[in-house]
Amino acid sequence: MDALDQLLKTFFDWEAMAAVVPNMLTVGLPNTLILAVSSGVLGCILGMILAIMGTSRSTALRLLSRIYTDIFRGVPAIVIILLIGIGLGPLIRELTGSTNPFPLGILALTLMASAYIGEIFRSGIQSVEKGQLEASRALGFSYNSSMQLVVIPQGVRRVLPALVNQFISLIKDSSLIYLLGLLASQREIFRIGNDAAANTGNLSPLIAAAVMYLVLTVPLTHLVNYIDKRLRTGRPEKPQPDDAAALIGKGAQP
Amino acid sequence: MSDFASGSLTGKNLHLSFGSNHVLRGIDLHVEKGTTASVIGPSGSGKSTLLRVMNRLIEPDQGDILLDGRSVLKDNPDELRQRIGMVFQQFNLFPHKTVVDNVSLALRKLRKLPAEQARAEALEQLDLVGLKHKADARPANLSGGQQQRVAIARALAMKPEVMFFDEATSALDPELVKGVLALMADLAKGGMTMVVVTHEMGFCRNVSDTVTFMDAGVVVESGPPEQLFTNPQTERLQGFLSDVL
Repeated sequence: MDALDQLLKTFFDWEAMAAVVPNMLTVGLPNTLILAVSSGVLGCILGMILAIMGTSRSTALRLLSRIYTDIFRGVPAIVIILLIGIGLGPLIRELTGSTNPFPLGILALTLMASAYIGEIFRSGIQSVEKGQLEASRALGFSYNSSMQLVVIPQGVRRVLPALVNQFISLIKDSSLIYLLGLLASQREIFRIGNDAAANTGNLSPLIAAAVMYLVLTVPLTHLVNYIDKRLRTGRPEKPQPDDAAALIGKGAQP
Repeated sequence: MSDFASGSLTGKNLHLSFGSNHVLRGIDLHVEKGTTASVIGPSGSGKSTLLRVMNRLIEPDQGDILLDGRSVLKDNPDELRQRIGMVFQQFNLFPHKTVVDNVSLALRKLRKLPAEQARAEALEQLDLVGLKHKADARPANLSGGQQQRVAIARALAMKPEVMFFDEATSALDPELVKGVLALMADLAKGGMTMVVVTHEMGFCRNVSDTVTFMDAGVVVESGPPEQLFTNPQTERLQGFLSDVL
């Protein structure tokens, strides 16, 4: 039983977890969210630009978008974060006097995410039936207005699930920012767990970090399923006639 | 149906090739103001392409297009298309917008009408096609026939001078065809200039003023419906009519 106790102690030391949780909630969680949300929003903007370039009628724009996407999708996240975060660090320090690694970390995550998000948007835009563009052009809308009013809104709707998946990836990838060196107040969920684990020689704080990531990501995966279902069936689920009848019929609640 | 500010439309010697595929080989088509021209022919004969060339969704390689006697090839094609309404086989309503928003979109964005006025005009158009009560529904919740009537309302809302119908009833269940054809006949009676690509020989014969028979990218025969249907001159039209009637 000693070995089992040892194992439990290593992973599920409640005291070690309890010690780290307050810091994780007040410092780690906000920082993780700042990293993930800001690079998610910026990644969507850049991704939309890439998708519009990738579906444009200009060969040069399509090529440019293709090259960008191939590079930033093909290189591991950790390489991009190190190259951008450490490589551009001195330049930023000289220009702004700031040593905060967040802007460059967000930039690295954005560049990477936008390559994936661009492909997601592009596939959505290209899945919209040709007749939609044609009908819009026939009404007298220009190509650009047709894309903006008719094609892109439909394309984006179709890829919302994939987009949420990408955001889940961002939440997890934001943990790599620790490589850029964080002050105590800049640490995100993983770094706080990792530091505590290193100090105590116990892995329980990392389990706490893992749980915190799950609290963020699991609801999102269910949101994906919900959106997916809603997109497939059209409108939000209406109560089935049987459910509605039960309100007044035999099985009705008093 | 009130009268329309319709105009005449002429295609002159229109040519179009996709690569080595010569789709239109010198088409002449003239539609007098306020009349209906039906275009018939076997599939692949270039009928639908002809419509798309006449409103410059596809630019012709050669030839001229006249609206009310004036060449429109040098005009902005987007502005030309605001003057020509088009109805498609697959309806092509915008599924992410409500019925009334489908109809009012171009009024708001192209005519720059304030939202309330655009909605009021759109509701008026929907009333004309008998679907005002569906204004806030989504296209997906409408039958094919209703969708096509909304598509007609959407095109009419821009007060076009000419209306194109590209096999507007081909995708409809048989019992829904009648309502759409009746609406098209009303428009024709109301004085709209119409070009109707169709397989509905009854409509062709009873409603249209002229019939044009196309095959393999050329106009084979053209004239009043009685003449073409009772006394076809060419073997190709005789063969086509015996296949479809």
